[in-house]
Amino acid sequence: MPRKSTSVDMTAMCDVAFLLLSFFILATKPKPPEVIKVSTPSSVSTATLLREGKVIVTIGKDGKVFLTFDDQDKKEQVLKTMNTQYNLQITDADVAKSKSVEAFGTPMAQLHSFLNQPASAQKPELLAGIPTLDSTNNQLNQWFAVIHSVYQRDDMMVVKGDGMAKYPVFKSVIDAFKKNDLMKFNVITNQEGVEAGTALYKENESKKAQTAK
Amino acid sequence: MAEMDTSGGGGHKKGPGVKKAKKISTRVDLTPMVDLGFLLITFFVFTTTMSKPTAMKLFLPKDTDNPEDQNKAKETGALTLMLAKDRTVYYYEGQLKDDGSNFKSANFQGLRQIILDKKNSTPAEDLVIVIKPDTEATFKDVVDVLDEMTINAIKRYAMVDIAEPEVMLIKKTEETGGAPK
Repeated sequence: MPRKSTSVDMTAMCDVAFLLLSFFILATKPKPPEVIKVSTPSSVSTATLLREGKVIVTIGKDGKVFLTFDDQDKKEQVLKTMNTQYNLQITDADVAKSKSVEAFGTPMAQLHSFLNQPASAQKPELLAGIPTLDSTNNQLNQWFAVIHSVYQRDDMMVVKGDGMAKYPVFKSVIDAFKKNDLMKFNVITNQEGVEAGTALYKENESKKAQTAK
Repeated sequence: MAEMDTSGGGGHKKGPGVKKAKKISTRVDLTPMVDLGFLLITFFVFTTTMSKPTAMKLFLPKDTDNPEDQNKAKETGALTLMLAKDRTVYYYEGQLKDDGSNFKSANFQGLRQIILDKKNSTPAEDLVIVIKPDTEATFKDVVDVLDEMTINAIKRYAMVDIAEPEVMLIKKTEETGGAPK
């Protein structure tokens, strides 16, 4: 038998690949950088977050607290205000360096030296987190006071907590919110389906029936 | 006009007797192109997200020192849930009796039934659920309990600090290895 050619025409495969690629480029948005690995608990809530301008309080599974700002300008303003109010010796050069900082996770007194460290030392896994557990030294109070005055609104706070983090840390975050009049906040959760037969399920079904009419 | 046949792959034999330069194949091998395509797809799959993360909205009540403003909770309508370690929930209805006789425990699966029983046996305006997580309760437990409030459409609930006698009772129960269910 004469040998047949084994080469496959790759044109069709190439078309499929570029079609898939176009789909992903057009239909997705870049993921916001994750500060540390956090596995959030699940809930039946379906509310989505507002896209821009959030302040994210991340609670790691060992109880470390980090602050991330979506808006770079506001981040610098917060830093500057913190500096003037609590005298942290942060220079303008430090504020410029803060642009590249992913998250804040050190006691206030160490902020100046933190900003001057090389990027490799600023990784959140290496940081100790903002001190919160001591009720007399819950530094989140100071942070949130400044955040509230800079942002002038109270609905941009987001808590991204690991499921295994213990309650006292969460309580100190909530207490800091309350003290600074930040009465609304969002907790990031994974989507969970509503079980059939529960009150919420019946409510959703009746809402669907009403909008379908 | 002489026919110019410039098409055709490189496998075709030339016409007999015609001496021309050997035709170079015009077929392009697209395998590397496909590799590139899939590499880019993989990049986009891992660095982008299609949906915004879902969130649970929480509203905190304003603390008022004025006792008239504080919600009056009728004893008969109150169910207190204490969250302890290992996903255990201790609960009691009304006030905690001095001898702890109405102190019971359950796990999260039984929790929904307990809440539903309480809800069905209390008039709507008296029903209040008080949630008291202790220091060993995890964030996930707290979120799950708040979720149960939404799932079962409980209108009034509050999260407060756990009290000393309750902490003692939980400790005692954990030492003796479980309370009456």
